[in-house]
Amino acid sequence: MSDAILETALSTRRAFAARGWREWSGTMMLLALITRAKATAWLLIFPAVTLPIWIIGSERGWLAEQILPRPADVLHTLNEMLASGELAQHVGISLLRVLLGFAVGAGAGLALGAAMGLSRRVDDHVRPLFTAIAQVPALAWIPLAMLLLGIGETLKIVVIAKAAFVPVAMNTSAGIANVPRALVEVGETFRFSPLQMLRHVVLPGAVPPIFTGLRYGLTHAWIALVSVELLASSEGLGYLLVWGRQMFWLDTVLVAMIVIGIIGFASDKLLAAVEARLQRWRTDGV
Amino acid sequence: MASENIATPSATTALRRGLVLPLLLLVAWEIGSHSGLVNPQFLPPLEKVAGVAWQEVANGELPHALAASLKRDLLGFALGAGVGILVGLLLGLSSIADRIFTTWFNGLKQIALLAWIPLISLWFGFDEAAKIVFIALAASIPVILNTVEGVRSTSTKLREVGEVFRFSGPQLVWSLYLPAATPSVLTGLHLGLIYAWLATIGAEYFMAAGPGIGGLIIAGRERFEMALVMLGIVVVGLVGFIVDRSASAIEHRLVRWRNV
Repeated sequence: MSDAILETALSTRRAFAARGWREWSGTMMLLALITRAKATAWLLIFPAVTLPIWIIGSERGWLAEQILPRPADVLHTLNEMLASGELAQHVGISLLRVLLGFAVGAGAGLALGAAMGLSRRVDDHVRPLFTAIAQVPALAWIPLAMLLLGIGETLKIVVIAKAAFVPVAMNTSAGIANVPRALVEVGETFRFSPLQMLRHVVLPGAVPPIFTGLRYGLTHAWIALVSVELLASSEGLGYLLVWGRQMFWLDTVLVAMIVIGIIGFASDKLLAAVEARLQRWRTDGV
Repeated sequence: MASENIATPSATTALRRGLVLPLLLLVAWEIGSHSGLVNPQFLPPLEKVAGVAWQEVANGELPHALAASLKRDLLGFALGAGVGILVGLLLGLSSIADRIFTTWFNGLKQIALLAWIPLISLWFGFDEAAKIVFIALAASIPVILNTVEGVRSTSTKLREVGEVFRFSGPQLVWSLYLPAATPSVLTGLHLGLIYAWLATIGAEYFMAAGPGIGGLIIAGRERFEMALVMLGIVVVGLVGFIVDRSASAIEHRLVRWRNV
């Protein structure tokens, strides 16, 4: 008898609890939605104020078209360049250059950085010269590289590779050299072979900083691409900027800038996500 | 690997090792350019580079260009740093400004800096004003980011002190948030100096009116004077190095009071 009462009481409570939970989570979702909507509304204030001024200003000719084209013109140019495949062609060439240059520079940076991190002797020999080369930004090397290599594809690849090389080599050597001594000693106790040491001790500790180096390397490669295409190119996004500038086509300039920003943003976000994943893997694994 | 890392060789060993590669490189350079193995137009002998350097200093060309570049650099930096600190304070202190602008700022920041040059030169021309605007833009970005971070990281304890003393708005900013944010702001200014120097070279490449180190390098390339280009590159690297080191020294000095 008393058992039955207890049973009923318990089940009622469970039912209430479940409903309460559902209601609670529903409320939370609604709240999250509202927060999101609010954030978006705040975000829209800026364009909501500036766009009408831009539209009215350009319609009434407050500023010359070469100074500020109508937003509709920019959109029109964007659509036209998308439809004709012109934009895709420039973007494709720029991306190909970045990837090639990055692959060369990051590969060399990984190799040199690993050698510097693993051997004190190599580090001592290479470090001063490396620092001297790293000290001069890729931008300053471009005219010298233009004299040596001409203005062909080799120039672009070399300049982009140099830009990617420096941060990759720096972070790789630091990442490997900073693997905790205690871990290395554990490996020595187990009499690990050099290969085992590399695989089980050095790499797990050094992968996150190495990846940070790769991320910086790609960012620098992208910036170097824009610089080298601005200075010496007949295709690509940087060339589009120069060309638009020469023709006084501000809409083309703006389209190129927007595309450069979007690609920079997307690649940064992508690499940040991979990096966060790697960090998690590291804390899970160790 | 490990055993090598335990035995730390003395500083003299490191120095001796560090000199090997540069010396080899210089010797190869000399042999290459004198023996005619490498076209001396591509690789002028060292003494020729030194000669050009001496000549450029003696005729006043180099000091003139360097002074013009540094003036531009510092003017642009001062403008960018000032605006950057103000914008950083605004974004860091006002949640309304933060909600309206921060996302847009982060988006604009993704545009590679040099990509602004065509737009800026369309708006401001090719002369001094355009260059300084570009340098200021470059310097302001790290200053803004670090000021925001510094203001946001002001401890709640300090904020409470401000409340207890019933500080007014400007008092709060001046005697509470700014001092608390100082280390972070200094980091931003340091980065801003580095960015500004890079932007100075970029501005002089693309808006090649008036004297400057960047203009010197571009002129050297156009006249195919490798020695002049090399000289310019060395000067750019040296100035960058000196600016970076002095900024570090000033930063350490200014932040030292925090540890006392």
